[in-house]
Amino acid sequence: MVAFWILSPIMVAAALGLLFARKAVHAALLLAVVMICLSVLYLVQNAPFLFVVQIIVYTGAILMLFLFVLMLVGVDASDSVVETIRGQRLMATVAGLALGLLLVLGIGQVSLGAVTGLSQANADGNVQGLAQLLFSRYVFAFEATSALLITAAIGAMVLAHRERLTPKLTQADRAAQRMRAYAEHGTHPGPLPSPGVYARHNAVDTPALLPDGSPAETSVSRMFTVRGTIRPASASDVRMLTASVGDGATTDQERQGEQ
Amino acid sequence: MSGTPFVVLSAILFTIGCVGVLTRRNAIVVFMCIELMLNATNLALVTFSRINGTLDGQIMAFFVMVVAAAEVVVGLAIIVSVFRTRRSASVDDVNLLKY
Repeated sequence: MVAFWILSPIMVAAALGLLFARKAVHAALLLAVVMICLSVLYLVQNAPFLFVVQIIVYTGAILMLFLFVLMLVGVDASDSVVETIRGQRLMATVAGLALGLLLVLGIGQVSLGAVTGLSQANADGNVQGLAQLLFSRYVFAFEATSALLITAAIGAMVLAHRERLTPKLTQADRAAQRMRAYAEHGTHPGPLPSPGVYARHNAVDTPALLPDGSPAETSVSRMFTVRGTIRPASASDVRMLTASVGDGATTDQERQGEQ
Repeated sequence: MSGTPFVVLSAILFTIGCVGVLTRRNAIVVFMCIELMLNATNLALVTFSRINGTLDGQIMAFFVMVVAAAEVVVGLAIIVSVFRTRRSASVDDVNLLKY
């Protein structure tokens, strides 16, 4: 039973991390730690089928769904720590401590009896034993489960489905839209400049330089600006560049003539 | 090994999940805390199954997992549709029934 005493502190620490994690992605990864440790505890307790199901269904499917929705929704202000109800966190902590104390004391009071062990029930194999129960005594619950899964799938499709309210734009419509924007606001109708043109790097986070040396804002993705991870070209490089191509500088032909 | 430490661990995890539901504001993290509570009950069920020497507890844990999977699918779809209309996944912003 070494596994229990090694895994339980890890699990409790990861679960507590779930309370204090600032970012939702960290919370999801901590939950994955808890779930994998739990699956090992299932294995320790003679439940190899649940061990596999826990890893495949919970850690594999459910948690990946969580991460997928996290990426879809993105990080927003809901992670902030400002309390909307005054004293809510304190009261929740007190209530949680009270509940935990009640549960632990209650479990301490009762005697769970001697452990029978599953060696007899698992005599034909754990999966076979579970299957025998599942398809005899619990067969109606099993059938109800299929109805539940179909309902959940349809419900998710209905909830996540979005009707198209406007007609889909064709290529001709988009071209006309661009030309109208050019006529009314003077927006450049062509494609956006690619990043890194005339700059030090051609990496996607380095804005292109305009002829006067200033960075072109439209050449990098808006997301980099939001995250603040843009790497502008250094001022000395820009000066060197503008000096070489600007007024009074020698052209390539003159330079070749000198040689 | 007696079953008590497993059940105590399950109770602690359940409590942590409970506090998380009460304190966190991001709907997805609240949902994760609910999953933590479901997992804690599963641990207790598997432990009881071992104590009693029958597999019924494991069957129940299996059904809890199935229901949890269905619940996550619908719940995350609700969160996505709420996010689409309100541009926020905070549980404080969903307050139309308040007024």
